[in-house]
Amino acid sequence: MSNAALAPSTAEPLLQVRGVHTFYGKIQALRGVDVDVHAGEIVTLIGANGAGKSTLMMTICGNPRAREGRVIYAGEDITDLPTHTIMAKSIAQSPEGRRIFGRMTVLENLQMGATLQDERHFDDDLRRVFTLFPRLKERATQRGGTLSGGEQQMLAIGRALMSRPKLLLLDEPSLGLAPLIVKQIFDVIRELNRNEGLTVFLVEQNAFHALRLAHRGYVMVNGAITMSGTGRELLAREEVRSAYLEGGAH
Amino acid sequence: MSAITSGISQTPEGAERELENQRDAARGEPPYTPAPSADSRLAASLKDAAMTAAVVAVLTVFFFAFRTDIAVGGLNLTFRWPLWLSWVAIAFAGRFLISYFLFRAPERAVAGVSKSTSVRPAKRFSAGKIFGIVMLLAALALPFILNTLLPSHNRYLLDLAILILTYVMLGWGLNIVVGLAGLLDLGYVAFYAVGAYSFALLAQNFELGFWVCLPMAGFFAAMWGIVLGFPVLRLRGDYLAIVTLAFGEIIRVVLLNWTDFTGGPNGLLGIPKPTLFGLEFKSGAGSFAEATGIPYSPIQRFIFLYYIILALALLTNFITLRLRKLPIGRAWEALREDEIACRSLGINTTNVKLSAFATGAMFGGFAGSFFATRQGFISPESFTFIESAIILAIVVLGGLGSQVGVVIASVVMIGGIELLRNLGFLHALGFDPTEYRMLIFGLAMIAIMVWKPRGLVSSRSPSAIYKEKKKIGADLVAQGEGH
Repeated sequence: MSNAALAPSTAEPLLQVRGVHTFYGKIQALRGVDVDVHAGEIVTLIGANGAGKSTLMMTICGNPRAREGRVIYAGEDITDLPTHTIMAKSIAQSPEGRRIFGRMTVLENLQMGATLQDERHFDDDLRRVFTLFPRLKERATQRGGTLSGGEQQMLAIGRALMSRPKLLLLDEPSLGLAPLIVKQIFDVIRELNRNEGLTVFLVEQNAFHALRLAHRGYVMVNGAITMSGTGRELLAREEVRSAYLEGGAH
Repeated sequence: MSAITSGISQTPEGAERELENQRDAARGEPPYTPAPSADSRLAASLKDAAMTAAVVAVLTVFFFAFRTDIAVGGLNLTFRWPLWLSWVAIAFAGRFLISYFLFRAPERAVAGVSKSTSVRPAKRFSAGKIFGIVMLLAALALPFILNTLLPSHNRYLLDLAILILTYVMLGWGLNIVVGLAGLLDLGYVAFYAVGAYSFALLAQNFELGFWVCLPMAGFFAAMWGIVLGFPVLRLRGDYLAIVTLAFGEIIRVVLLNWTDFTGGPNGLLGIPKPTLFGLEFKSGAGSFAEATGIPYSPIQRFIFLYYIILALALLTNFITLRLRKLPIGRAWEALREDEIACRSLGINTTNVKLSAFATGAMFGGFAGSFFATRQGFISPESFTFIESAIILAIVVLGGLGSQVGVVIASVVMIGGIELLRNLGFLHALGFDPTEYRMLIFGLAMIAIMVWKPRGLVSSRSPSAIYKEKKKIGADLVAQGEGH
C-alpha cells in the first residue's frame, strides 16, 4: 500500500476548487474552500457532522452554486454550469444517502446510470459492475428499495460507474453500514483506482478507513479546510486522532 | 478482483434486511416478496374459483334450478338448468378474477429469499397479458355483443361504453404525468378543454374535419402542457398541485369570458361529426349506408364513435407502454423516485418534466377533440374542476402507474355512477339511490383507499429483464442494449 507513491504532481489538477463560498440563504456553509484532486488520486475530505463536506460535494456538482470562487474541472470552469451539464463531463456522483430509485429494479437503476453513455457500451459496463459487485447481479431483478443498506451503496456506486467517469465523487459510502461491508466497498474503490486509474474524491466521516484508503486528505471544520496532507500524515496527527478517531472533544 | 468482492457476508445484511422490512411495514408497504410465478397463482386461483362455484352450485340449486308453479291438480315443476349453470359460471369467473387479480400473492413466500433469477426467460405469458388480451377482445366485440344481447338498451350502453373509454384514455394520459413522472397535476381538464376547443374552433373557422383537427388538437394541448410546465419546474407535491389547479381554472375562466372567440357560456355549436374516409353516418347520398349497402341505422354512428375512442385509447396505452421501455420513460419514473439522483446522473430534469407534461397533455387534447365531436356542442361547463378530480381519482384508485388499474377504476367509477342512477327497483324500498349517489360513491372510494392504499393494482412491472448472454457478437451490440 504505497500511499505516498502518488504525491501531488506538478501537472494541473483534474479538479480544482478555489476559494469557494457557498450559502444556504443567509447561512454560510463554505468559507473559502481550496481543494485539489489530481488525476489518478484518491482524495478524502473528512470532518464532523455539519462541517460542510456534503455541501462542497454538491457545490462541485453545481447545486447549490458557489457564490464566490471557482470550480475547475480538466481546465474548464464548471462553476456556473447546470448540474446535468457538469455530470456529462465524465464526472459521476454517488450522492449522500445513496438515493437509489426505490421502486425500480437494480437493472433499471443501472440503466439510469448509463443515460449519458453510448448504449453500445452498456453490456460491457454492466458486466464490469456485476464483476465488481456480484451481489448486484444476484439482485438484478429486485426493486432497489428492497436491497440492504450495503447493497444499496454498491448499487449507488455501480450506477455512478455506468457512465464511465474519470472522476468519481463519493459522499459517505460507509454511512450506516456494517464494518465488513465498509471494508468491501473501500476495497473496490481501491481496486478501481489502482487498476483503472479512476480518480476518486471521497467525503467521509469514517476518518480512519478513509485516510487509510486515500492518498491525500483534507480536514474540514465549520466550512473551511483546517488541515491537509497525505493520508498517513493526517492519521498520525494528534488533532486528527483526538477529534475524529477517538471521539474526543474538539 | 472478484476474490475481494465476492465473499460478502450474509449476517449483517440479513439484519439489515429485517430492518428494511420493518421500515417498509411502517410505511405501509408490503414486504418484498418475489412475485409468485404466474402458473402457481393461476392454479391456486382456479382452485379457489372451483370451490366457490361448488358452494354456489349447492346453495342455489333449489332456487335457480327448480321452479314450481301452482297448476291444476298440484304443483308444476319446471327445470331451469341454464339459469342455474350461468350463475355458477358467474360465481366461478368472479371468484377467479378476484383471487387472480386482486389478492395477488396467496402463496407463502419467504421475504428476502429469492431464487437465482438472474437469468429469466425473455418471453413470458403473464397473467396480466392474458387478462389484457381478453379485455381487448371483449372491447373489440362489445358493440356486437350489446347488439345481440340487449338490443333495447343498445344505444344507452354503447354511449356509456364510449364515456368510460373517454375516461380510460384521460386516465392513461394523466397516468404519464402523475403515475410515471410523479408530478401531481390537478388541472388536467385544461388540456381536455384545449383539445375540445381547438377542434371546435378549427372546424368552425376553417371548415376542417375531425381527422385533420385531431393531431392539431393534440399538438396545441402539448404546447399548453409546456406552457404550464415552465413555471412549475421547480415545484413538487402540494405546491405543484395548487398551481396546476389554478391553471385548470384559468383556462376555464378564459373560455367562459372570452365571448368573441369561444362563445363564452353559450359554448360552441354545430361541431362536425367524424367521417369514415369521407363517408358520413347518415341516410342519403355520400353516406356510409349508401357506399357499403348496409341499411342505415342510427346506431352505426355510435359504433363508429366507439371504435374511434377505443383506437385512441389503445394508441395512448401502446405509446405509454413503449415509452416506459425507452430512456425517456425510465427517466420519468426515475424522476418520480428521486429528482436529485436524476440530476446527479446527468439527466436534464427540465426536459424530462416538460416532456411528461407535453405527452400527457397531448393525449388529453386528443380525448378533448373526441369529446367535442361526440357531443357536437361544448361549453366551459364541461371542463370544471370536478372532471380533473375524477380523472385523478381514477388514476390514484387504479394504482399510480398501472395501465390496467386505470381501466378497472374507470369502469368502476364511471360505470358505478351510472349504475347508481339506474337502480330504480330500490324505489320500492323507499330508498332513492340517485339522491345518495355521490355519498355511496364517496364511501366506495374511502373503502378502496382503506383496503388498498396504493390503488387497485399497486405492483409495478419492471421495464427491462436481465438476461445473461454467453457471447456478444458485433451484430447484437449494434442492436443497442442487448437485453
